Amino acid sequence: MISGSFEYHRPSTLDEAVGLLNQHGDDARVVAGGHSLIPMMKLRLANLDHLVDLQSIDSLRGVTEDGGNLVIGAMTTQNELIGNAVLAAKCPILAETSLQIADPQVRYCGTIGGNVANGDPGNDMPAVMQALDAVYLAQGPNGAREIAARDFYEGIFFTALEDNEIITAVRIPTPQGGHGHAYEKQKRKTGDYATAAAAVVLSLSGGNCTAASIALTNVGDTPLYATDASAALIGTAVDQGAVDNAVALAEGITNPAADTRGPVEFRTKIAGVMVRRAIARALSRAR
Amino acid sequence: MSDTAPSVEERTAKLEGLGTSRKRVEDVRFTQGRGNYVDDIKLPGMLFGEFVRSPYAHARVKSIDTAAALALPGVKAVLTAADLKPLNLHWMPTLAGDVQAVLADEKVLFQGQEVAYVIAEDRYIASDAAQLVEVDYEELTVLVDPLKAMDEDAVVLREDIVDQEEVGGHGPRRHPNHVFTWEVGEKDDTAAAFNSADVSVKEFITYQRVHPCPLETCGCVASMDPIEGKLTVWGTFQAPHAVRTVASLISTIPEHKIRIISPDIGGGFGNKVGVYPGYICSIVGSIVLGVPVKWIESRMENLSATAFARDYHMTGELAATADGRITGLRCHVVANQGAFDACADPTQYPAGFFNIVTGSYDIPVAHLSVDGVYTNKAPGGVAYRCSFRVTEASYLIERMIDILARKLDMDPAEIRLKNFIKKEQFPYQSALGWEYDSGDYDTAMNKALTAVDYTALRAEQTANREAFAKGETRSLMGIGVAFFTEIVGAGPIKNCDILGLGMFDSCEIRIHPTGSAIARLGTISQGQGHATTFAQILATEIGLPASSITIEEGDTDTAPYGLGTYGSRSTPVAGAATAMAGRKIRAKAQMIAAYLLEVHDDDLEWDIDRFVVKGAPERSKTMAEIAFAAYNSVPPGMEPGLEAVSYYDPPNMTYPYGAYICIVDIDVDTGVTEVRRFYALDDCGTRINPMIIEGQVHGGLTEALGIALGQEIDYDEMGNIKGGSLLDYFLPTAVETPVWETDATEVPSPHHPIGAKGVGESPNVGGVSAISNAVHDAFAHAGLTHTQMPHDHWRVWKTAERLGLLS
Amino acid sequence: MSKLAIKMTVNGTEIEAEAEPRMLLIHFLREDLNLTGPHIGCDTSHCGACTVDLNGKSVKSCTIFVGQADGADITTIEGMANADGSLHVLQDMFREHHGLQCGFCTPGMITRAHRLLQENPDPSDDEIRHGISGNLCRCTGYQNIVKAIRAAADQINAAKEAAE
Repeated sequence: MISGSFEYHRPSTLDEAVGLLNQHGDDARVVAGGHSLIPMMKLRLANLDHLVDLQSIDSLRGVTEDGGNLVIGAMTTQNELIGNAVLAAKCPILAETSLQIADPQVRYCGTIGGNVANGDPGNDMPAVMQALDAVYLAQGPNGAREIAARDFYEGIFFTALEDNEIITAVRIPTPQGGHGHAYEKQKRKTGDYATAAAAVVLSLSGGNCTAASIALTNVGDTPLYATDASAALIGTAVDQGAVDNAVALAEGITNPAADTRGPVEFRTKIAGVMVRRAIARALSRAR
Repeated sequence: MSDTAPSVEERTAKLEGLGTSRKRVEDVRFTQGRGNYVDDIKLPGMLFGEFVRSPYAHARVKSIDTAAALALPGVKAVLTAADLKPLNLHWMPTLAGDVQAVLADEKVLFQGQEVAYVIAEDRYIASDAAQLVEVDYEELTVLVDPLKAMDEDAVVLREDIVDQEEVGGHGPRRHPNHVFTWEVGEKDDTAAAFNSADVSVKEFITYQRVHPCPLETCGCVASMDPIEGKLTVWGTFQAPHAVRTVASLISTIPEHKIRIISPDIGGGFGNKVGVYPGYICSIVGSIVLGVPVKWIESRMENLSATAFARDYHMTGELAATADGRITGLRCHVVANQGAFDACADPTQYPAGFFNIVTGSYDIPVAHLSVDGVYTNKAPGGVAYRCSFRVTEASYLIERMIDILARKLDMDPAEIRLKNFIKKEQFPYQSALGWEYDSGDYDTAMNKALTAVDYTALRAEQTANREAFAKGETRSLMGIGVAFFTEIVGAGPIKNCDILGLGMFDSCEIRIHPTGSAIARLGTISQGQGHATTFAQILATEIGLPASSITIEEGDTDTAPYGLGTYGSRSTPVAGAATAMAGRKIRAKAQMIAAYLLEVHDDDLEWDIDRFVVKGAPERSKTMAEIAFAAYNSVPPGMEPGLEAVSYYDPPNMTYPYGAYICIVDIDVDTGVTEVRRFYALDDCGTRINPMIIEGQVHGGLTEALGIALGQEIDYDEMGNIKGGSLLDYFLPTAVETPVWETDATEVPSPHHPIGAKGVGESPNVGGVSAISNAVHDAFAHAGLTHTQMPHDHWRVWKTAERLGLLS
Repeated sequence: MSKLAIKMTVNGTEIEAEAEPRMLLIHFLREDLNLTGPHIGCDTSHCGACTVDLNGKSVKSCTIFVGQADGADITTIEGMANADGSLHVLQDMFREHHGLQCGFCTPGMITRAHRLLQENPDPSDDEIRHGISGNLCRCTGYQNIVKAIRAAADQINAAKEAAE
C-alpha cells in the first residue's frame, strides 16, 4: 500500500495551480483533502507524476452570501460545512449531508470541491448539489467557466471538467426561506458509501408543493437528478399518491451496480425508500 | 509481629488477588504509545520484504521474470519457489498435517497466494519492485463451491498430493479434493432414534467464511546472526514455542539456536496462530542476506491470505418427542478448508471440537460426520475468538433447537429449559464423547429470563406484531435466546496435541530475596491482560502483592515451553500451571517458616500472606520474610532459593457457559437490524478479575455483532475476493455497537486448581447465535424457518420480501 | 524523484528533515522520527489507528503525504502527557475504566478523544460514539472507551470549574 513516486507542488495562487495542470496535462492531478485520491494512489490505481496540493490557495476557502447565492470555496471542508453558521441558517442540508460522509477524521480533510469534482457516484455531495441546482465554478487556462451540477457528471470518474481545470467554488441559489430538505442515506456502517441515498428539497405554499427537486446517490454511474420525480410533486399536496408516483419515477431512473451492498433490485428499492423518507422529512420541515 | 499486623481486610486488599478488579499494568505503556509491536522493531541494516501475489484463484505459473525488479536500485533479492526448492523450503507443513506452498510451486490455488518475495532496503522500494516482477499465468478452471468439490468432474486442485492416500492421518481420501472425513457417535442408534421420533426437523445451515481481523496485521522481523549461528524472530505469534519447534523442524536449525519472541500483539483472535509464508520467506531472506528482514502484511493481504475462519456448511437434524424432549441429533458438515488444510486444530480433531454440537442439552444419542474439502480459496480455518470449531457447533445446535421449537409451537426458552443437562448430571458424559465438568444451566437461564423480564418482552412482541399487521409500524421486534456451552482449555495430553506437542502449559516462578517475584509462562497475551491477571492468581497463592510480581511471556529463550494463547486456554491451562507453581513455592516456604519459627510444618497454617503457628497467631512469618530467609537461612539439607516450575497437563477441558438474550428491531423496508438490547450472563467459573472479564465480554459480543450482521469473506465464481478491505468488511464502530449488559453466575470447575474456566471466547460463541436467533424470531410469525448469515441489510430485506411483508 | 525539505513541529519540537514526496505521514512519524505510538491498521483510512492531531484537527496520517503536512503542527500520543511528565487525564481514565485491551488502537483513540473534548467539552455518550466513529477497536466493544472519555470530560470540567 505504497504510492508510486511523484513530484509534489504546493502553489499559493490559483493561476500557478492551473499553470501546473496545463503544463503537465494527464500526468498531474490536484489534491484537496486527498481521501479519495490518496487511497487510489496507494493501491496504484491512480498513477501520476505531479501532485498539485491546493491547500495554500486562500482564494479557494470560505463561505459567502452573494445576492441570492451562497458561494462556498472549493477547499471548504465537510467539518467546516457542519460548523458554518450561515449555512446552518440558509442551507442546512449541507451540514446534514456532511455528517453522513465518512467519519470525523475524514471530514476534517475532505472538501466540498473534492467531493463534487471526483466523479465517484458514491460521493454524497453531488446529488445534493443537483437537488440545490448548484453551479460549479471552474478555472482553467482560458479563464473561468460555470458548469451546472446537473450537467457535470458523465460517467464513473468522468465529468465535464477538463484535465487542466480546477473547481474553485460551488454556487448555490439560496434556498427559499422555510424550504424543507432532507438527505436520507442508507449505509452498512460508518464510513461506507451509500447503498442508496436521496436528497430532497421542496417548498410549500398553502399546503401545495411549489418547488421540488430530488436527486439520488450511488444508484447509477453518476449522481442522478430525478427530473420527473421532482415534477411529480409540484402542484400536489405531497399526498400518498403523489409520493408513490415520485418514488416510482425515481426508482425508474436508477441503474445501480450489484456489489457487496446488495443486488440491483435491492438497491433500486432502497433508492425508492430513501426518496420516500426524504420527502416525508423534507415535508415535515417545510413551513 | 501480630501487634503490627494489618487487618485481614487490609492484607487481602494489598494483595489485589483473585476476584479483584485490579487495574492493568500493561496500560501504563499502551496509553502513552510505548507499546512495542512488531512493526515498531527497528534493527540496524534491516530490509523489508513484500510479496508478489496471484491475481488468479487457479492458474499455472508458466514463468516468473524477476530481472526488472532485481535491477531496481535498493532491491537485494527476489525469492521464488525455484530459489527455495534447493533448501527444501518451498513447501511447509501446516498445523493440520497438510503442506502449504511457501511460494507458489507450479501453480497458484487461491487469489492472493504468495508467488514471489521481494527484499529491498525499504518498504517503498520493495513495493515498487513487486510491481516489476512479471509472472506469466495460464488460467485454470476455478472451484469455489465446497458442495461441488467432490463432484466427479470437479477440477483437481492439489496435484502435489494427488497420489497421497490421506492428509493428516485422518483416513482414506475418496476424491482428489477430499481432505478428510471425521465421524463421531453412533450412526445406527441415531437412525433408530429418528425412526421412532414423534417429530424431527432438518435444516441446511451455513456459517459463512469470516476473518478474525485483529487491528494489527501479521508480521515478523527475522534476524540471523551469522557469527553465533542463531536465528531470532520477532513476530505476531500466538504460540511462540510451537513456532520455534516448527521453524527448527523445517529449517533444520537446531532448536536451541532459534529464539522466537512475541512482542506486544495488537489482537489475535486466532489470526496469529498459524505459520505463514511471510515468516518463512523473511527467515530465508535473513539467512541468505545476513541482515534482518521485516515483513508486515497490509490489511488487504491480511483479509485475503492469512487465516480465514468458519466456512462450514452444516446439515442438522433433531429428533424429538411431541412434547419437545430431544431424542437424537444428526449432523453432516462440509468443511471448506481452502487450498491447503492449515486449520490449527489438535491432531486428533480435524474438525476441532465440533462434536460439542450437542450443546447444553441432554441428548441421548447423536451422530456427526464432517467432510473436509479443498477449494480455490485462502487456507486457514482458525478458531476466530472461539475454541476449535465450537462457534460453528454452537450456532448449529442453537439454530436447530429454535427450529424445533417453532415446529412444536413451543417457546425457545421453554424448550431449552426442558432439555438442559441438569445440575446433578455433572460430570456429564455427552453422546459425542465429552465429559462436561460442571454447570447449573437452569439457574443461569432463569436468572437471564428474569433479568430481561422475558414474559413482558414476549407480550410487547405480540403487540408489535399486531401493530405491524394493522400497518401502524414497519418495524418488527425479534427476541433471540441462546444458551451455549463452550469447550476450552485444550487440553489433556491424552487427547490433545499439535504436531505431536502435548497441549500442556507452564509457569516458572522465581521469588526475589526482598519479596518480589517474576513468573514466566508459555502463553502470550494479545490484549487479555495476562501481566495483570496471572499476577493476581499468584498473589492469592503465595501472598505477595500482585504489584510486586512481574509476569513475562513470549520469549522462548526465557519462558518455559508452552502451547500459547488461543482457544481460551490461557486461564484453564497456564492459569492452572501458575497456581500449581505457586503452591510449590508455598510448600517450600512453609518448611522454611517452620524452621524459622522452630515448629513442625504441620503446626503452621496459611493466612493470606503469611504462615501462622496454629493457636499462637502472634507467631508468624510473612511470605516476604520467608523469601529473604530462603536466601540465607533455609533448613539444613534444603537447597537455598525460592523457585518453582509447573508443567500442567489438565485432566479435562473446561466448559464455560452462558445465557444470552438479544432484542432486535428490524426495519423491514430497508433490512436494517438494530440491536436494541443485549443481556449476557456468563458463567466462567471462578472470576479472576471481573473488570477484565467484563471487557472481554464486551469485545467478544462486538465481534459477534460484526459476524452476525455483516462479516463475510465472499468470492465470485472466478475466485475473486469480493470486498477484501475494511471498506466492505464489517467491523462495527462505536456507532453500530450497542451498550452491552453483563451478568454472571459462578460455578467453579471442579478439576481446575482455582476453579476458573476461561471467558474470552464465550461472547463470540453465544453472541452470534443470540443475534441470529433474534433476527429469525422477528420473522417467525411470518413463517421463517431459517435464512443464512450474515444478516446484512439486503439479505434481511430479501427475507421480508420473500415472506410477503413488503408492500 | 528529488526529496522534499520538510519542516514541522511535532510534539512541540521543531523538525527539519528530507523525505520522498510520496512518503506517508504515518511512515515519516514512525520510521524517521521514531514515534511508533500511532499505528497502521488498515491502509484505507478506515481504522483510525494512525490518528494524530494536525493543526488542531484529528487526521488519519496514513492518508496524508508528508509534503501535505509540511509546516504543520502535529501532536501524537507521545505528546499527550502533561508538561510535568504526568499522564494526561484521558490516559489515566482509559486505564481506570479499562478502555483498552491489546493497546493497538489506543494511541489513535486517545488522540482523537482529546480533539473531541476540545471541541465538545461535555459530550453525551451518543456524541462520544459518533466522535470516535473513525477509530476502530477490535477488543473493547467501545463501552469502556466511552466511559473513559466521559470520565475524562468530567475531570477536566471539574478542574476548570475549580480554577474559576
